[in-house]
Amino acid sequence: MTTPPQPLTAKDVAKVALLARLALSESDLERMTGELSKIVGFVSMLGELETSDVAPLAHPLDTQNVFRDDVPAASLSTAEALQSAPRHDGECFLVPAVLGDSGAA
Amino acid sequence: MSNSAPYTTIIGLEVHVQLMTRTKLFCGCSTKFGGAPNTQVCPTCLGLPGSLPVMNRQAFDLALRAALALECTIAPFTKWDRKNYFYPDLPKGYQISQFDLPFSSDGTLEVVDPKGAFEPRRVGIIRVHLEEDAGKSMHDEAAGTGDTRIDLNRAGTPLCEIVTQPDLRSPQEARAWLNELKLLLVYLGVSDCNMQEGSLRVDANVNLHIPQPDGRIAKTPIVEIKNMNSFRSVERALVYEAARQWEDWQATKAEMGKTPKQTRGWDDPAGITRAQRHKEESSDYRYFPEPDLVPVTVTAEQIASIRNGMGEPPVSLRKTLASKWTISPYDADVLVNQGRELVDYFEDLATRVGEGKVASNWMQQDVLRILNETNGTVAAFPIRPAGLADLIGRVMKGDFDTSRGREIFAEMVTSGRPVDEVVASMGISAVSDDDVIALCRELLAANPKIVADVKSGKEQAAAGLIGQAKKKNPNVNPGKVRATCIDLIRGMD
Amino acid sequence: MQPIEMSAVDLVAALRQGDITAVQCTTAFLDRIEATNGTINAFLAVDRDGALTRAADIDARRKAGKPLGALAGLPVALKDVLCTTDMPTTCASKMLQGFRPPYDADVVARLRNADAVFVGKTNMDEFAMGGSNENSAFGPVRNPWDLSRAPGGSSGGSAACVAGDMAPVAIGSDTGGSIRQPAGLCGITGLKPTYGRVSRRGLVAFASSLDQIGPMARSAADCALIMETIAGHDPGDSTSLAVDVPRYTDLLDKPLAGVRIGRVPEHYAEGLDPEVAKGVDEAFAVLKAAGATVHDVKLPHAKYGIPTYYLIAPCEASSNLARYDGAHYGHRAEPGKGHRAEPSQQADGFESPLVEMYCRSRAEGFGPEVKRRIMLGTYALSAGYYDAYYAKALRVRRLIRQDYLDAFQSVDLIGGPVSATPAFKLGEKTDDPLAMYLVDLYTVGTNLAGVGGISFPCGFTKSGLPIGFQLQAPPLAEPLLLQAADRFQRLTDWHRRRPKTTGEVKA
Repeated sequence: MTTPPQPLTAKDVAKVALLARLALSESDLERMTGELSKIVGFVSMLGELETSDVAPLAHPLDTQNVFRDDVPAASLSTAEALQSAPRHDGECFLVPAVLGDSGAA
Repeated sequence: MSNSAPYTTIIGLEVHVQLMTRTKLFCGCSTKFGGAPNTQVCPTCLGLPGSLPVMNRQAFDLALRAALALECTIAPFTKWDRKNYFYPDLPKGYQISQFDLPFSSDGTLEVVDPKGAFEPRRVGIIRVHLEEDAGKSMHDEAAGTGDTRIDLNRAGTPLCEIVTQPDLRSPQEARAWLNELKLLLVYLGVSDCNMQEGSLRVDANVNLHIPQPDGRIAKTPIVEIKNMNSFRSVERALVYEAARQWEDWQATKAEMGKTPKQTRGWDDPAGITRAQRHKEESSDYRYFPEPDLVPVTVTAEQIASIRNGMGEPPVSLRKTLASKWTISPYDADVLVNQGRELVDYFEDLATRVGEGKVASNWMQQDVLRILNETNGTVAAFPIRPAGLADLIGRVMKGDFDTSRGREIFAEMVTSGRPVDEVVASMGISAVSDDDVIALCRELLAANPKIVADVKSGKEQAAAGLIGQAKKKNPNVNPGKVRATCIDLIRGMD
Repeated sequence: MQPIEMSAVDLVAALRQGDITAVQCTTAFLDRIEATNGTINAFLAVDRDGALTRAADIDARRKAGKPLGALAGLPVALKDVLCTTDMPTTCASKMLQGFRPPYDADVVARLRNADAVFVGKTNMDEFAMGGSNENSAFGPVRNPWDLSRAPGGSSGGSAACVAGDMAPVAIGSDTGGSIRQPAGLCGITGLKPTYGRVSRRGLVAFASSLDQIGPMARSAADCALIMETIAGHDPGDSTSLAVDVPRYTDLLDKPLAGVRIGRVPEHYAEGLDPEVAKGVDEAFAVLKAAGATVHDVKLPHAKYGIPTYYLIAPCEASSNLARYDGAHYGHRAEPGKGHRAEPSQQADGFESPLVEMYCRSRAEGFGPEVKRRIMLGTYALSAGYYDAYYAKALRVRRLIRQDYLDAFQSVDLIGGPVSATPAFKLGEKTDDPLAMYLVDLYTVGTNLAGVGGISFPCGFTKSGLPIGFQLQAPPLAEPLLLQAADRFQRLTDWHRRRPKTTGEVKA
C-alpha cells in the first residue's frame, strides 16, 4: 500500500455491515469499529512489502481445464430440496415479498 | 430516426442467452423449461453447505462457438469470478460469472437491411462471457404484501452474456440486429433464443447525442432499460425512451456524468418506461476469483476444431446462396432468415430442380406461404424436396401450367400424397405434345378468323383459342397451346 | 488392553481377526463418550443407535464371510463441518442448528464404504473460525490434559475426543492450522494433506482455497491408514487432484537415512515458549538420530503469513457464508420478534422486509468471531479497498509459496513448532481477537502454499501439557511426512501418553 490506511469510522463499518447483511446494534457497531480498526491496522503491515512485480496468487493449484460431461444426474426430490427451508409451501421456498428477479446479469 | 431528427440515438445492448445444454452449468440437473417448481435442483444449484461446482464442457464449447461466430478474440486463459449480492433467487449469495478475464472479447456482428431501410451497421461486441443463471421469484401481485415464492429450477442454467458497443443508431436497427443475433445463435445450435421461455433476455443502454449550435455534442444521461419481453418491445421501448430523453433534455438540459446511470423498466401495456429505485449499495459486487473452479486454457487447435464443426453463419450463407443459385440478395435473405432447416430444404430442392431461381420462387410463394398460414415448420412440411422437385419439373416441362401446378401443390400439402396420385385423384392427366398439336389443328380449323388475324400480325388474337382449348381439355397448358397455334399458323404459309 | 486404548491399526487388525467384535469396540467408545463428554464437550452429536446398528451389521457380514471395507468396525468421529445424511451438520453454529444435509461429504461416503462406524459429530469453532474452540455456539471444548485449558481449534472437539480416548480416529479440517494446532495442544497426531489430496465436497466451506480435510489420531501410522481411505480424486470437486493414492501404510518402513530436514531460525523468535523450543530441539535430535540431516533454511516472508491469511481467509469466508441468509435453509429471524437490533445502519429502517430478514437472521445466527471475519472480508473486497487488501494479500501469498518451493530445493521437509505455546487457559484470549489470530503463526504458511503438514507430540511441559512438533513437506509428499512422523514415534513414546484428567474417569 502506498498510503497508510485511514482509520475506520462507524459510518464505514455500518456501510460494510449492510453490504454483509448483518444487523448491528449501536453497541455492536462501536465494538466492531474498534476491533476492525485494530485488525486492519495489523494486516496493513503487508504494505511494507514491495510487490508491484509480483502476480497475485489466488489459488495454490496449478490445475486447469477440469470439466464434466453434459450428462444428467439425479436431482433431489422437492421434499428433500425444501426439507430445511424455514418457510415453504410444498413447492417453493417462501421469502418476504420482493419485486422482480435479480436477473442474474 | 429520420435524418431530420435533431439528435442521434445511441444504443448498446446487453443480451443474455441460455445455452442449449442438457444439464446445468455446474451440476447434472436438467435445464428443461417448464418443470414443476424445485424438481430440477440438487445440493450444488441449491447452494447447500459444502456443495461444489464442476464446469459443463458442452456449455463452454457452445459459448466458444457463439464467441467465434461473433468474431471475438478467444482468450488463451480464462477464469471465473464470484459476483456477490444477496437475492433469494441466488441461493449461494453470489453468482459465478466472469469479471476481468472473460473467455472472449472484441467481436462484431453486422446487420444489413436488404430493403435498405438503414445503412449496413457493424456492431462491436465488447465481450462474451459464460455465467450461471439465477432462479425465479414469483409474486402474487394481487396479494400485494404476501410472500414471494422461489423456484430454483433455473438456477445454474448456463448463460452467455453478450455486451455490445454503443454502435446502434436507431430502435429499428436495434431490433434488426437482435433478429440477426438470434438467427446466428439458433443457426449454430447455441441457444433456442426463446424469449417467452426466457432463454433470450435483453437490456438496452440508450442516450442521445445532440449537436449544439457551438458545434459541441451534448450527451444525455445513459439509461438502462430492462423488462423487455420481445424484440418488438425493445424497439417500442427505445422509441419511447429516445422521445422521453429528448423532452427531458429540452426541459432540463441535463447531461451525462452529472447523474448516476439510471435504470428504467419497460411497462409494455402502458407503453412507457418507469424509473426503478436506485440502490446505493447494490453496485458493490466484490468480484474475486472463484476458488472452487480452476482456470480454463484454450488452444489454437481447439478453436480451429470448433470453427470447423460450426457450420456456415447466416451472413455468409446469404452470399453463398445468392451466388450459387443465382437468386437475388433479397430472396437469399428471406430463405436464410427462416433458419438452417429451410435452407437445407431449399438447397435440396434447387439441386433436384436444377434451377435455383425457380426453386426459390416456389419456396417464397408457395412453401413459405403455407408455413406462415399454418404456423408450421419445414421439418413437418408434408411435401419433401424430392416430391416438390417432381412437381416443379413437370410444370417446367409444360405438363401442367403454373396455376394447375399450384392446385396440385395445395392438394399435395393437404393429402401428403405424391404428384402422380394427386394428379390421378384430381382427374388430371398430362397432355402429350402430339395431343396438343392435334387439339390445336382442330381449333385452327374451326376458327379461320383468328387464323387470319394472327397471319396479319395480331398475335394476341391467339388468346381467343385458349379458352376453347381449356374447355376441350382442362389439362392443357395454355402457354403451350398459344405457342403451338402460332407455330402452326406460321407453318401454313 | 482395552479397546479404547488401542490404536486404529491394532483395532482394525483385532476386528479382522475376530479378537473383538465391532459392537464390542463401538460400545467401548460410546460408553467412554457417555462418561466423559459431559466434561470435555468434544461431541455435538452422538449417534449411539446408528453406530451400534452399523456395528452389528458389520459383525453379521463378517460372520457370513461377506467382503468388508478396509476399516470395518473402526469407530470414527467426524468434525461437524462434514455433511452427513444421518446426523445433523451444524458447524457449531446457531445458524445451522438441526440442519440435515441431503447428501454425504465425499470423505464421509468413502469412510462409509470402508465400513467405518461413525460415533458422532465433534465440536469446533463456529464455521471452523478460531484457534481455541471457544467460538462454538454450543460451548467450548475442554483440553483433556487440563480441563481449565483450551484444546485449540478449530478442530478442538476432534483433537480432544482422540486425546480423551472417545474415538481412535477423528476427521478434522485445516484452513490455517485447524488440524495441526489442536493436535499439538492435545498431544495427538494430525495430518493436513496437500491441497486437493482429499476432496472438499461436502466440507462446509470456510476459505475454499485453503480448506483441506485430514485425519487426527494417536499416531502417524493411524493417520496413514485413514488416508488410504479418504484420499483420492473426486470428479465432483474441481480442485481435487487426479493423482493415484499411495499405500501410505506400506511406505512407513522406509528408513529416514539421508532425509534432509530444514530448520527455520526465525521460528525461534521472541514469543516462542522456552519449553516448546526445548521440545522442538529435542525432536530435531531424535530425527537426526534416525538418520535425517538438519539444515537451516529461510522462509523470508513467514512473518507476513498471519496478515496474508487474515485477509484471504475472511474474504473467501465473507462470500462462502453469504448463503446463510435465512432464505432456503438455516436460521431465519422471526418477523418483528426476537431481539430488536435497532441496527444503526438502518436509521430510517430496512429498505425492505427481505433486507430486514437477511440482516436480522444473520445477526442472530452468527457468533461474534464469524461476524468479525465476514465484516473484515466484506471490507477488504469492497470497492476502493480490494487492491490494497485482497489483491495485496494474493501477491504476498505468491511470495510465501515461492519461499516454500525455494526451501524444498534444498531440504525434503521443514520442521518446527506447531504453536508458540502449549495449551492456553480458556478465556485467556477471548477478549483480544488479534492475540487469538497469532496462534496460527506457524501453521498458516502451509495452507497459503497449499503444501502438506503433520503435527505430533514431541514432549511435555513441566506442568504436563503436550508440546507439538510440525513437519511440512512439498506437494503430495504425504508418504514422507507420515514416514518421518512414524519413525519418530517408533523412537519415542510421547504419543502413547494419556491424560490423567480423563484417564481417571472410569469407563
